[in-house]
Amino acid sequence: MMLAAPVIAVAATLLVGAALFTLLGHDGPGAVYEIFVKTLFNPYRWQDLLVKAAPLAMTATGLAIGFRANVWNIGAEGQYILGGLAGTGVALATLDMTGSWILPAMFVCGILGGMAWAAIPALLKTTLGVNEILSSLMLNYVAIQILYYLMRGPWKDPMGFNFPQTAMFTADQTLPMVVPGTLIHLGVPLAAAVALTAFLVLARTVTGFQMKVVGLAPKAAAFGGFGAASTVWIALLAGGGLAGLAGIIEAAGPFGQMVPQFPTGYGYTAIIVAFLGRLNPLGILLAALVLALTYVGGESAQTTIGLPSAATGVFQSMMLFFLLAADILVRYRIVSGRPAHAGVPAAEAAADTAAKPKAKAVTA
Amino acid sequence: MGAAARAPRLELKAISKRFPGVVANDHVSFAVPAGAIHALLGENGAGKSTLVKIIYGVQGADEGEIAFDGERVQISSPREARALGIGMVFQHFSLFEAMTVLENIALGMDEPPPRRELEARVRQVLDTYGLSLDPYRHVHTLSVGERQRIEIVRALLQQPKLLIMDEPTSVLTPQEVEQLFETLRRLASEGCSILYISHKLHEIKALCQSATILRGGKVVATCDPREESARSMAELMIGGSLKALSDKSGAAKGEARFVVASLSAPGEPPFGTSLKDVSFEVRSGEIFGIAGVAGNGQNELMAVLSGETGKGVTGSIHLDGAELSRLSVGARRRAGLASSPEERNGHAAVPAMSLADNAILSARSRMGLASGGVIKAKAARDYAAKVIEAFSVKATGPGAAAGSLSGGNLQKFVMGREIMQNPAVLVVSQPTWGVDAGAASFIRQAMIDLAAKGACVVVVSQDLDELLELCDRLAVINEGRLSEPMAVKGISIERVGLLMGGIHGVGQAGAKPEAGVRRPTADARQPEPAL
Repeated sequence: MMLAAPVIAVAATLLVGAALFTLLGHDGPGAVYEIFVKTLFNPYRWQDLLVKAAPLAMTATGLAIGFRANVWNIGAEGQYILGGLAGTGVALATLDMTGSWILPAMFVCGILGGMAWAAIPALLKTTLGVNEILSSLMLNYVAIQILYYLMRGPWKDPMGFNFPQTAMFTADQTLPMVVPGTLIHLGVPLAAAVALTAFLVLARTVTGFQMKVVGLAPKAAAFGGFGAASTVWIALLAGGGLAGLAGIIEAAGPFGQMVPQFPTGYGYTAIIVAFLGRLNPLGILLAALVLALTYVGGESAQTTIGLPSAATGVFQSMMLFFLLAADILVRYRIVSGRPAHAGVPAAEAAADTAAKPKAKAVTA
Repeated sequence: MGAAARAPRLELKAISKRFPGVVANDHVSFAVPAGAIHALLGENGAGKSTLVKIIYGVQGADEGEIAFDGERVQISSPREARALGIGMVFQHFSLFEAMTVLENIALGMDEPPPRRELEARVRQVLDTYGLSLDPYRHVHTLSVGERQRIEIVRALLQQPKLLIMDEPTSVLTPQEVEQLFETLRRLASEGCSILYISHKLHEIKALCQSATILRGGKVVATCDPREESARSMAELMIGGSLKALSDKSGAAKGEARFVVASLSAPGEPPFGTSLKDVSFEVRSGEIFGIAGVAGNGQNELMAVLSGETGKGVTGSIHLDGAELSRLSVGARRRAGLASSPEERNGHAAVPAMSLADNAILSARSRMGLASGGVIKAKAARDYAAKVIEAFSVKATGPGAAAGSLSGGNLQKFVMGREIMQNPAVLVVSQPTWGVDAGAASFIRQAMIDLAAKGACVVVVSQDLDELLELCDRLAVINEGRLSEPMAVKGISIERVGLLMGGIHGVGQAGAKPEAGVRRPTADARQPEPAL
């Protein structure tokens, strides 16, 4: 049933989305058809899907590692920006050079940049007990300001007519296309490889085991010798590193330079991807394609049927909402109980709970 | 009391209750006369709890009928049960730690009277039954025995005609048990019937006039416990003859192998107990017991010994001369220190994971279930299978989820997982808590066998009988302090009880014997199986 929840959520999103846009005066079923169906049957759009899905899958894979251990990194957007910036720094320093080492160097710095940004909430969490949800989320806004500063100040292209953006990357700094004549760049197979690797790491290594145990039973994890601090560090560095890699892949791929419009919410959407993919890297590959569909389909629906650009966000949010609702309803069933009132003896309440395990349907 | 002339206070006629896959009660019939103290005896899973829930209206019976004072009744909620005059004291208290006694009592009532009136009534009940309890104390400052008194007062305020006590003595000191028995005898003499649920046979022999023994949901015997031996009742309970534990034959020898010296640690806020200067030594082959009432620092001691708590810990832990107290959990395991905490689900084992995965949890380094950070799935399955086999764990196999096992079977698996790693020291808390008699005896034997091989075994338990049966020496923990160790042979139960209750003076030479403290149970110390 846990695997059915994402399917139910997607179906509910389509139905409610259609109803919602009808009520708003649009052609609701038409919008759903335009976004989710027509895009799928247009082979030309498939490459767009893959290119959008790659950074989503990569970021979501990193997040899922932490989410499994109940470390809630909401800062993938900032880590994605910092990864992009760190890689861009390498690119700007090597504009006059050539060599096949430049792109890997950009990747490495992108990963390190994302990790460095994620290390801040990790350090705060492990030393001061600061909630990582808040610290990682707030750092997203800091990251955006750093981006704006660099674009308008030190990193502005001197030949760029005062536009706030860097110089275009050179050929050695740009991702090669893996399928000639299409938009499908190196990042796409790389994302698949990352997901497969993560799948093996989670399933076969002690570290993957640690993440799972911490998430399922924190006290058992301590008993098993898995320290809480090491878990937080692994979770945030994995999330930050992969978000950073996704960042530099976007910068060195579709963008080809760094611009203020670089953050497009992938870091947030990746949270939805991670949950829709059941925190399983293979599921995440599939979920990334579904969410990429909302981006690609949403864009084309803007031009073809004049749907507002917010439609993409609405569909994405509904998907998360319905997924969470489906998860709850798969686990529990609704019972119409007596209204609780003050004065119900505590003992009775306790006994009632103990005696009615059936009310909480157990799932596999 | 003229009870013979009247209908019994409570009569059950052919009560049956089925759950998917199991018959919890199978045509259970018995009667409790007015003013009688009747024991309901059985192993875990024998159907005692279900039966009591049916009587108290928490669950409905599938078949059968209940008569109360001769009239057939339908009890469909605890409120109706209370209206009939049935009171119940649960094994696990439902108290709010941050509130006062009086507030807790008011919260537990269907229609609480105004505070002054309630206080007057509470004080009257306390006086009548000679219970000492301050209505304005906050619950978190009370001992477990005092907390239980709140529950008893709650029940007595309704002037019950039948009081159900579910395992009431499992967390009490021997002295508190005797006080409780006084109260119950007094209640019974006033005509209140008492249904006393327990598996502690010597208590039942001391307190009850009649007993119904359940096994597998069926009544297997009704007897007068005063005329039965503890052994005969135990065998009725488990439905077979009880295997005696092999003799320990003084395996303890040589120098101290596991030495804990002046260990102190802060307690977990808000209500944790801090450890204060705990020291003890265990020799090779020795089983060392730590007795005490729950919440006196046992969990903290376990966490400090296993390495799960490291913050603010001072003192030293030496194993074969090597200092362990600065090492991580994993390093301590590799050094030969195995542990098994009190809580199985979610602490010693992950319920949602398979037994093979649970083997990886604590046996991966010593048993080579992982190398170079990569898990060896087959080795883990094989080790889990070996544990299942050697400890006769009832499970479908290494792939079975830990949560699908019964408490006793999971405990056997957890103990087997630790013992089969052949540790130099095994530290266990409540090794047989909630485990049926057969499994408990098996687990105890496994610990004795481990000690016989030269290991040190430290057993933390609230079950004094278990410690007396198992240990060579024992010490008592109270408010985070450990008493001087005492040899179990010739031990004074009074002294242990007083130490459990927090009277430290008696440990010193020349302390005057406490007057007026009676032995808790007259025949408690005959060699008998601890259940």
